[in-house]
Amino acid sequence: MNKVVANADEAIKDIESGATLMLGGFGLCGIPENCISALVRKGVKDLTCISNNAGVDDFGIGLMLQQKQVKKMVSSYVGENAEFERQLLSGELEVELIPQGTLATRCMAAGYGMPAVYLLAGVGTEIAEGKELRTFNGKEYLLEEAFDSDFAIVKAWKGDTMGNLIFKDTARNFNPLMAMAGKITIAEVEELVQPGELDPNFVHVPGVYVHRIFQGSDYEKRIEQRTVRAKA
Amino acid sequence: MGLNKEQIAQRIAKELEDGFYVNLGIGIPTLVANYIPEGVNVVLQSENGLLGMGPFPFEGDEDADMINAGKQTITKLPGSAIFDSAMSFGMIRAGKIHLTVLGAMEVADNGDIANWKIPGKMVKGMGGAMDLVAAAKNIIVAMQHTNPKGESKLLPKCTLPLTGVHCVKKIVTDLGVFDITEDGFVCIEYAPGVSIDEIKAKTAGRLTIAADVKEITF
Repeated sequence: MNKVVANADEAIKDIESGATLMLGGFGLCGIPENCISALVRKGVKDLTCISNNAGVDDFGIGLMLQQKQVKKMVSSYVGENAEFERQLLSGELEVELIPQGTLATRCMAAGYGMPAVYLLAGVGTEIAEGKELRTFNGKEYLLEEAFDSDFAIVKAWKGDTMGNLIFKDTARNFNPLMAMAGKITIAEVEELVQPGELDPNFVHVPGVYVHRIFQGSDYEKRIEQRTVRAKA
Repeated sequence: MGLNKEQIAQRIAKELEDGFYVNLGIGIPTLVANYIPEGVNVVLQSENGLLGMGPFPFEGDEDADMINAGKQTITKLPGSAIFDSAMSFGMIRAGKIHLTVLGAMEVADNGDIANWKIPGKMVKGMGGAMDLVAAAKNIIVAMQHTNPKGESKLLPKCTLPLTGVHCVKKIVTDLGVFDITEDGFVCIEYAPGVSIDEIKAKTAGRLTIAADVKEITF
């Protein structure tokens, strides 16, 4: 078993144009920076990207949008990106907006081997159009299907060479769910360690879900909204 | 005339009860955290995966891995817990979050809410709003009573795409506090300096004035 690859370019080398990708992160927090850069270098196009947000103009998935590599975004909130808005209004980019909890749970369902789940969010709204409804205990729910994604690309804080992952603070967000949901899961980590160095009691994603792992480098970890209070 | 944003937040904070787990949305709802009454311990949830959200970090202590749902740098308090996005919405869906406070573009007198989309103008997405309004036990909307054109945001029926149906229980606006019942909006409190006539004039949906209506106090 060898899951360790040298770098992001090697990790994504078999991602071709037209692929469906899950990309972890919330806003710019916990995004797989190294793999996004590698995808921009590789120049693959017509990608369908499942990701809660679409980055900002010059960082995150925004870098892929600038190069017109994305055919479709599946997200819950895309409000921080002017180029995104331009491509959307001009019809170059297709967008499917999904409630955030539904997005997370459709990832979870895939990772747990469940084809679909019944969820409450969006009942009575345009999100419900065309979806199967079912009533449980007098309440209506929407049938939401698990995502089917060729690749999941996630960022973890620490990982070992067996693929076990640990996340830090709110950089966890969608990363574990997507890691569990990809047909092929690629994890970039800030610190790659040997088996035995992670306490198994504190592993967030077991290595069984992870196919490729590498130690990332040069993390910018950009802050979207820097809010502070003055020292007393 | 009427309440400013801070005062709207301050009035909503009076609804907090000891032991509540609370989700505060972006904008005026975020300010509610500044007015939590003394002796009332609440735990703030941020739907990107945190229970126990604390104040903004001191300058120099900000951490890119520690943000709230508005993407602002924040801190975690002792006793916090971090979890993934599915668990975050799982606890919302399962009814573990006692109160959700969020903003709105329109609220209808049957409790419908619209706050995510203006067709042809603003299509940024619903984020977690649809999940929250569908599941939270108690939803309070914090908003201005009228839009910038002076038109009522308390309507007989929402004109914008809905975020959720029959879900809003209470609204606090610059003009007053309104419960939503089978009779529509019920004004239970009015802002200092605001007349009942002004509230009637600026409310397009069905409105009744509570028999024991009183001035808002803080």
